[in-house]
Amino acid sequence: MFDLVSFIPRAVAQSIPLLYGATGEILTEKSGNLNLGIPGIMYVGGICGVIGAFLHEQAVPADEMTALSAIGIPMLASLIGSLLMGLLYCFLTVTLRANQNVTGLAITTFGVGFGNFFGGSLIKLTDSDVPSIALSATSNYFRQALPFADGLGWFGRIFLSYGFLAYLAIIIALASAYVLKHTRVGLHLRAVGENPATADAAGINIAKYKYMATCLGSMIAGLGGLYYVMDYACGVWSNDAFGDRGWLAIALVIFTIWKPNMAIPASILFGGLYILYLYLPTGMNLSIKELYKMLPYIVTIIVLVITSMRNKRENQPPESLGLPYFREER
Amino acid sequence: MNNKTAAVQMRNITKTFGSVVANDKVNLDIYKGEVLALLGENGSGKTTMMNMLSGIYFPDEGEIFINGQPTVISSPKDAFDHGIGMIHQHFKLVDVLTAAENIVLGLKEEGRLNIEAVAAKVKKICDAYGFEVDPYQKIYNMSVSQKQTVEIVKVLYRGADILILDEPTAVLTPQETDKLFAVLRNMRNDGKAVVIITHKLHEVEDISDRVVILNHGKFVGDLITAQTSAQEMTNMMVGRAVELNINRPEPVDPRPRVEVQGLTVRSSDGILKLDDVTFTANSGEILGIAGISGCGQKELLEAIAGLQRTESGTIRYIRDDGTAENLVGKDPLEIASMGVALSFVPEDRLGMGLVGNMDLTDNMMLRSFREGPSFLINRKKPRLLAEKVVKDLEVNTPGVSTPIRRLSGGNVQKVLLGREIASSPTVLLTAYAVRGLDINSSYTIYDLLTRQKQAGVAVIYVGEDLDVLLELCDRILVLCGGKVSGLVDGKTAEKHQIGMMMTKLGGEAANE
Amino acid sequence: MSNNCQPNGHTRVNNQPLFHITKRKALPWYYTWGIRGAAIVAALLTCAAVTSLLTGENPLEVFQTIGYGAFGTTRKTWILLQNLAILLCISLAVTPAFKMRFWNIGAEGQVLIGGLATAACMILLGDKVPNAVLIATMVISSIAAGAVWGGIPAFFKAKWNTNETLFTLMMNYVATQLVAFFVIVWEVPKGAGKIGIINQDTMAGWLPQIGDYKYLLNILIVAMLTVAMYVYLNYTKHGYEITVVGESERTARYVGIKVDKVIIRTMLLSGAVCGIAGLLLVGGTDHTITTTIAGGRGFTAVMVSWLAQFNPIVMVLTSFLLVFLDRGAGEISTVFALNHSFGDILTGIILFFIIGSEFFVNYQLNFRKNTGKEGKANV
Repeated sequence: MFDLVSFIPRAVAQSIPLLYGATGEILTEKSGNLNLGIPGIMYVGGICGVIGAFLHEQAVPADEMTALSAIGIPMLASLIGSLLMGLLYCFLTVTLRANQNVTGLAITTFGVGFGNFFGGSLIKLTDSDVPSIALSATSNYFRQALPFADGLGWFGRIFLSYGFLAYLAIIIALASAYVLKHTRVGLHLRAVGENPATADAAGINIAKYKYMATCLGSMIAGLGGLYYVMDYACGVWSNDAFGDRGWLAIALVIFTIWKPNMAIPASILFGGLYILYLYLPTGMNLSIKELYKMLPYIVTIIVLVITSMRNKRENQPPESLGLPYFREER
Repeated sequence: MNNKTAAVQMRNITKTFGSVVANDKVNLDIYKGEVLALLGENGSGKTTMMNMLSGIYFPDEGEIFINGQPTVISSPKDAFDHGIGMIHQHFKLVDVLTAAENIVLGLKEEGRLNIEAVAAKVKKICDAYGFEVDPYQKIYNMSVSQKQTVEIVKVLYRGADILILDEPTAVLTPQETDKLFAVLRNMRNDGKAVVIITHKLHEVEDISDRVVILNHGKFVGDLITAQTSAQEMTNMMVGRAVELNINRPEPVDPRPRVEVQGLTVRSSDGILKLDDVTFTANSGEILGIAGISGCGQKELLEAIAGLQRTESGTIRYIRDDGTAENLVGKDPLEIASMGVALSFVPEDRLGMGLVGNMDLTDNMMLRSFREGPSFLINRKKPRLLAEKVVKDLEVNTPGVSTPIRRLSGGNVQKVLLGREIASSPTVLLTAYAVRGLDINSSYTIYDLLTRQKQAGVAVIYVGEDLDVLLELCDRILVLCGGKVSGLVDGKTAEKHQIGMMMTKLGGEAANE
Repeated sequence: MSNNCQPNGHTRVNNQPLFHITKRKALPWYYTWGIRGAAIVAALLTCAAVTSLLTGENPLEVFQTIGYGAFGTTRKTWILLQNLAILLCISLAVTPAFKMRFWNIGAEGQVLIGGLATAACMILLGDKVPNAVLIATMVISSIAAGAVWGGIPAFFKAKWNTNETLFTLMMNYVATQLVAFFVIVWEVPKGAGKIGIINQDTMAGWLPQIGDYKYLLNILIVAMLTVAMYVYLNYTKHGYEITVVGESERTARYVGIKVDKVIIRTMLLSGAVCGIAGLLLVGGTDHTITTTIAGGRGFTAVMVSWLAQFNPIVMVLTSFLLVFLDRGAGEISTVFALNHSFGDILTGIILFFIIGSEFFVNYQLNFRKNTGKEGKANV
């Protein structure tokens, strides 16, 4: 019998990094920047959180830590790390008008390398005497579920059993959807991504919007990396464990046709597909599991093909996606 | 002139793009309560000049004074802040947004976005001037004139007092033009400064109080419209007196070459572009095609060239021996393989006819590169052809290995036409062959076309200048809203007669 | 923005912008390459500084270590050349697609599929057919597999204009999972989670070794591919069509080039060459297959190709630069017991500098002087 009460929380836990990544990338793409650096940025967000927490744990004994510093320091470190990556991407693509695909891939190469390098060398670099990076003290603060979750049976498990970063992800996604649809800033951002020349002529500062959206998007995506290592992985960093979730987040953006509110159910669906293999009947060939892991990508390809076949204006990528903007182009 | 206040003074403005000088030390004044016409041929720097005022471009040199104060306009936002609003020829609207969303785009109003309030204000403006706009309609569902209306409402919504319109009538029917001009006069009477960029003399005379003339990026004159004449303006605009005197020999042994019967074409979004068009183009003559821009000229030529899907009708190519082939449904390669020598000079030279980043040699072989059985490409013949075209047509270029985008418009057109003629066509289609060209280049082109006609080619010439059409073409087909409005003899037809035909069906088309 | 503007903003005296940016006129080639060279030097200095910071070694010694890692022994030199050959091969593969403005970032998957096809032949036919037949089958199937993997997104791009960047990206992971599936199907021994060296005893399907040089065959094949691709792009009718389609699809249609056909044909080629890279990796080097056999080179190749402005000959240099750094960084990691991802960090730094330097090739900054007159500075 398929155990929904155990499946849903796991799917949700799996979906949160994707949701952060997808929300961040949607904001970014709405400004016309196709940031293929998101997978790298999520690594950077994760490892910077780890570095912050590691130094904090080294300096302060576990029983003297407060919730504020245990959560605040890694989170701040994570946000700063991903912000810097976002700024770098913007500087190269917006200010210097470099090719977005190439820049994004370079960011991902750098970011993944940065994450694995510090993940693998942090102990050596700081001359610490711990065998591996396991930030369980910090992680416990991040994993703190709502206090009354246990008392509510299946309801508590499905809806209330997550760390605060999971709820924050949903709040950010909903807020992004609201901003894009109902505010002046959102209207301007959509115009920038659709038709920057027009937005420029209307007096909108293109560079400012691109920088803001991309940097904010990077920081949101970086939180996905932080959630993964601090909550999902219980504070244990292992190299390459984050895997290709960053790319899956970019796939989600297409799947949700650029709508952050749609990203919430869609990311849970993807999270579910991602772990569906765990629920295969026992005794089934192990190799089939690998085919099940293919599902999110296949589904995304199908959505991509269908939207391009239907060719409805509202469902297309932002029109200037991937193109640099230079006002005096002629 | 002295009793008016200068709203804008532009002093010694220079702007270059790469090696092209678009404006050269231009001085320009714009007064309040006045309609100023900025007159010049295509490519004379009118639009560039105004783009610097609206913050799209930034001048390389020179100063701008607004109400007497030196001002730097480094972005369109700066321009708005100074009350300058420009309505561009290519509409600056975001397709997936609604009219109201486009209208408030970029405005820094207080409070949260209230689209209902915007819609109400839009309605008020529309009522005041007699426009019709649905604030909730998406731009991609709108017709061209609806989009222009949105643009104008947008500028008015912002309370601009300096209005710049870049060739606003190019896409309008005469009735729509009259309506627009009435609105512009109201604005002038309100004390606003209105600038209209145009190259149509009758519009200058109709609407403007004062006219500034540019030629090749340079300032040539500043005249009171009422005190000047069309002749004087023309002279200043082109630099010297125009005697069109185009040589038009009698057609020799004209025979039907291309027979178009009941041709109907819809655009990809289902709009009727050509409606039951029937005509015949003869060998040894130039058939002119007149019409307001966007009346199906492009679709007609592309349908004949095998680039446009047709809905119904036939296009028959008739050989010298009387046998005929239907060209409908064939692509350019299939047409060529049937032995139909058809050349096409498209309107968009660098976006369609040529590849800007390739050199002259490579551009010469665009049509002929498949020749020969070899897998490898042979550049010897194209290079010789490029050298021949450069020499015969006096193309001004550093060499045949220069990327074509570095050449000026006239030279680009010579290269394109040179290549198309080199294949010894029996049918030559040209779209706006002299657009953006100087007078001398234009005459070179007229001469080339006439020589083709004398060689027995059926030339189809889509043009916009009626004087040229009347002096160059043997017969003129007039299109209006995708329908044939009339067919006249170039030698006997009157200009106003063609003008009437161009607009006769326009009223119906506009109300679709 | 100045604060002294009046409410209506009409008499505001704005502060002049410090500079504005214009497109450059064409630069002579030595100037262009001078800018790029300067960027590489600056990047190398930054790499040295970063390395010194992390290891405490002085910058000169850093370069020495990098140089030793790349060329220190004959073996290291051969490995460098082998890595260079594979990266160059994949870069050559993606180039025709890029010239056509088709963003094929699915090389990773196309290489994997080519490698998978090779491995399949080696495992399934290893002891059933003569070695020559086996190798011929491997060559054909790897090329075909890569071509199909590249052709699928091209088909949808040609038919419905489906976004190829995202499609090819997704195809990478489908390929990865497909390989993961077969790794478990073929794992030796059962439960090991990996295949191990295929046909270790018989060496069936191992590409032949030239003399004593294990990697020489790979290097020669890629050298020939480089020349072939250069000729293909610049001197053939296909190459000409690719350029026209890349520059303007409308022009291509106007002259009767079947754009759909060219897109599909070019991507079949692009995928096929990726398939060859897979063949060389599985049949010629590793003699096994894992999901990480391409090792991110499908993405690095995008950058190699772009940095070389799609010129196959220049790609030899750009891929050398990246491989050299990677090998050198590997040495530094080993010497200082650091993580081997250090190479990715240095690669990233180099890329950022070169990507940024393109701006100065294409644009110039025009500084405004205080007098209001304008001076031009070439930066």
